[in-house]
Amino acid sequence: MTLTPGDTTHRRTLRWQSARVLAVHDETPRARTLRLGLPEPRRHLAGQHYVLRLTAPDGYTASRSYSIASAPDDTGEIELTIERLDDGEVSQYVHEVVVPGDELEVRGPIGGFFVWPGHTPALLIGGGSGVVPLMSMLRLARRGGRADLVRLLVSARSPEDLYYAGELPGPETTVIYTRRAPAGAARSAGRITAADVAPLLRGEQEAYLCGSTGFADAASAQLVAAGFPVEKIKVERFGPSG
Amino acid sequence: MAGPTRGFFGRNRAARDPRLPPGQYDARDDWPVLHAEATPRISSDRWTFTIEGLVEQEVSWTWAEIHALPASRYSGDIHCVTTWSKLGMTFDGVSVDTLLAAARPLPSATHVVAVSHTGYTTNLPLADVTGGRAWVVWDADGQPLTVEHGGPARLLVPHLYFWKSAKWVSGLRLLDHDEPGFWERNGYHDRGDPWAEQRYQGD
Repeated sequence: MTLTPGDTTHRRTLRWQSARVLAVHDETPRARTLRLGLPEPRRHLAGQHYVLRLTAPDGYTASRSYSIASAPDDTGEIELTIERLDDGEVSQYVHEVVVPGDELEVRGPIGGFFVWPGHTPALLIGGGSGVVPLMSMLRLARRGGRADLVRLLVSARSPEDLYYAGELPGPETTVIYTRRAPAGAARSAGRITAADVAPLLRGEQEAYLCGSTGFADAASAQLVAAGFPVEKIKVERFGPSG
Repeated sequence: MAGPTRGFFGRNRAARDPRLPPGQYDARDDWPVLHAEATPRISSDRWTFTIEGLVEQEVSWTWAEIHALPASRYSGDIHCVTTWSKLGMTFDGVSVDTLLAAARPLPSATHVVAVSHTGYTTNLPLADVTGGRAWVVWDADGQPLTVEHGGPARLLVPHLYFWKSAKWVSGLRLLDHDEPGFWERNGYHDRGDPWAEQRYQGD
């Protein structure tokens, strides 16, 4: 049995509630963070997600799931970072219409598998928007003074596509670029390789991989080739979800 | 339910296909891949499928043996809880009715847990995998099922959300009670009817 879920999503957390948009912040030209105030705050685990539901005047709805970027805390507020997809009915609304003061229907937190409990060694590997749930984990580790537990590898297309660029750098984080690296970078642009992964491996880690299916499969193949136990790899794949 | 969301009118309704359950969109040529474990490599040489639990006779099939059973095809739609649907697909394999007939469920059996070679599990009422509504399939749209989509073979229960259609399926265990599987223990619905939008526990 390689999948070990936890019983971390409760019926109470699955009621819809109307969140208030407190702030809007663009991470990149295609990634926007919403800070939401929750009338019924529910403490989340790093790695969980919320569902956002939009309702048209005639009752038509569109719902999508978005990872929580903020660390678990007691503020009653969460941050969701939402990538704009070309054909994305919900993500385009978020990017074009939402302003502070709006009310948005959400439910969560949801998910008990792709969660980091905060006290175990973790190897975090994220591609593109896949960094979002890993950012919640990094923020949790740093805030608790346990950044030594995590190693975070982020893959972005170019410096302009890197989420949380101001906050990511640190001794526990590595950024690689697949299309264009910054001038003077030691590593030239290219997809994730064994050489990127090898320095991050330590015993007793669990791996959390998040990104597109292609990225997740490439990263897990590199880990398995490096001898990482496959049953200690947890994967969250982002399909096109609009 | 709350009132409408300010400034949201929905983009896709004029062309909305009546085959789409509420809250779903047509993924058209995409077939998204979503699963929680590293994609396994399971050779058809080593693949087996077993029905066990509350049956008169536990039965296992090898790849060759299950292919020798009467073929059965599903033509229709599939619906993922993450809100994509794919319309007008064709899957080839064997009906679960054929497999259960060999094992002969006991009268006390009410539910099944589908098990995968990766350890993934999902629970279903027995009634949802009988009566021509569930298959073990190895071809999708005329091509062998790729490993990303659960190849060499997956369960197919297309009238329920697609997480019930366990990838890399290794068998069914018949029970006299409902026993939540992997996603169901993580808040997803025990039945998962897309037309009732049974996405999460309590829906």
